[in-house]
Amino acid sequence: MNIVSIAEPIVEISNLCYSNDGIDILHDINLTVNKGDFIAIIGPNGGGKTTLLKLILGLLKPTRGTITIKENTRTRSGASAIGYVPQHVNHNLSFPATALDVVLMGTHKPGRRFRFGNTAAEKEDARETLAKLGIADCADRKIIALSGGQRQRVLIARALVSHPKLLVLDEPTASIDTKGQTEFYELLVELNKEQTILMVSHDLLVVSKYVKSIACLNRRMHYHQSFGSSGEVLDAFYSCSVEEICPVGVISKGIPDSSGGRA
Amino acid sequence: MIDALQFEFIRNALLAGLLASIICGVVGTLIVVNRLVFLSGGIAHSAYGGIGLAFFMGWPYMLGATSFAFASSMVMAAVSLKSKQRADTIIGVMWSVGMATGILLLDMTPGYNVDLMSYLFGSILSVPGSELISMGGLTAAILLLIFFFYDDLLAMSYDEEFAQVRGVAVRRLYFMLIGTVAVTVVIVVQVVGLILVIALLTIPPYIAEKYTKSLLQMMMLSCLLGMGFIAAGLWGAYRYDLTSGAAIIFVAGAGFFLSLFVDKMVSMRKKRLWLKAHE
Repeated sequence: MNIVSIAEPIVEISNLCYSNDGIDILHDINLTVNKGDFIAIIGPNGGGKTTLLKLILGLLKPTRGTITIKENTRTRSGASAIGYVPQHVNHNLSFPATALDVVLMGTHKPGRRFRFGNTAAEKEDARETLAKLGIADCADRKIIALSGGQRQRVLIARALVSHPKLLVLDEPTASIDTKGQTEFYELLVELNKEQTILMVSHDLLVVSKYVKSIACLNRRMHYHQSFGSSGEVLDAFYSCSVEEICPVGVISKGIPDSSGGRA
Repeated sequence: MIDALQFEFIRNALLAGLLASIICGVVGTLIVVNRLVFLSGGIAHSAYGGIGLAFFMGWPYMLGATSFAFASSMVMAAVSLKSKQRADTIIGVMWSVGMATGILLLDMTPGYNVDLMSYLFGSILSVPGSELISMGGLTAAILLLIFFFYDDLLAMSYDEEFAQVRGVAVRRLYFMLIGTVAVTVVIVVQVVGLILVIALLTIPPYIAEKYTKSLLQMMMLSCLLGMGFIAAGLWGAYRYDLTSGAAIIFVAGAGFFLSLFVDKMVSMRKKRLWLKAHE
């Protein structure tokens, strides 16, 4: 686990609280996402994972505390500092659009009027992004004619095409089979070489093989900048879940020379 | 059909149909891809309450129907944003209560009353020239509004949440879209009738969606299909002396089932070819 010498924060969350209808959903969250990070947020259903993502994306407003997002230098609005990949890939399938069109929606800028279609440069950029994800041949097919895994890649391409500083994924493997998941995580590791990634996941066991750090979220957050991982130990403790205890902390305690973990 | 064109009412009917198919093709495409068919039906039916109110109060027809439909559409839009899970139920309630209100108000209005049938099926064969002009102006205004916001509407229609992340003011745009639907429905209803509006808003876009690769293509093909259905329906009504609105809907419905049949044949043919190749 290399710690980047000069940490360049992209997202800074401090003392964040969010409540809805008097129910505390997130309590006193502090998290800094630095350039080059690959963070997985894990936690039980109802732990506030998706809420936290929505807060970071600006779809919800915090009840208390602040979320600061360092804006992209190349764009004025904060909107394109974050590329977002939603959970559901099988949504609005019969919509008349090709894979390329969907990717091009990632270049969308609000406020452009009487605009039909995209510039040649944008299309070229979108095709390159699809090629980078290995699905260049799908560009001109309608989204309904793609497989689930291909659609997933199209949605990642849509998030990447605006060159965001941070890629945010909400349970990205929910609709992919096991083989597809492995390929998918390897793709993320590859992307992480030049891309900061924040991902919500249920599957601690799988993500621990790929991510650099883990944040356990169940109303409160335990953040593990680095952790000593071992598949077997994780396996043993996975059944305990994150309901009461934070599994990564337990795992790290179990490993004598683990550096960053804390209970 | 050529000899029928010497009659002014036939020419007016064709022109009204042309305008209706353009406006319904464009707005209907947005309705279908945003899954607003039920909501549009609700607006159209609750507008009948506005017609009753206009007659009862002695207001002009258009004022009552448009304001009532617009107000109920805004309530429906707010409800469908607020509680997505039960929006259809509340729209169903407003649908029937609006219609009942209209009928009761007409009952209480002394003297001659408009009958429900002309509202349901319209009277495309008796459209006066003045109405064509106002309909043409409105079609132009709505097309301008939709094409002004086209890029934002496209983003919202495919993925509302992503559009919001990209900075589109989704809420405002959604209310604008629903308001546009309300005005479209009211204006087109008085020419071609409620049932024909719903048919024109849904059938051509549904067929077009399968054969087009972009929202703009879908809008254009929907317009062309609508024109075809209306021309064929009017010809049938003229030739065999049938009710025009019902004839047009029948042709559109036949087109709908034909497209399903053609799709089935194409997929069966593909399967046969595959089996042959893998023998």
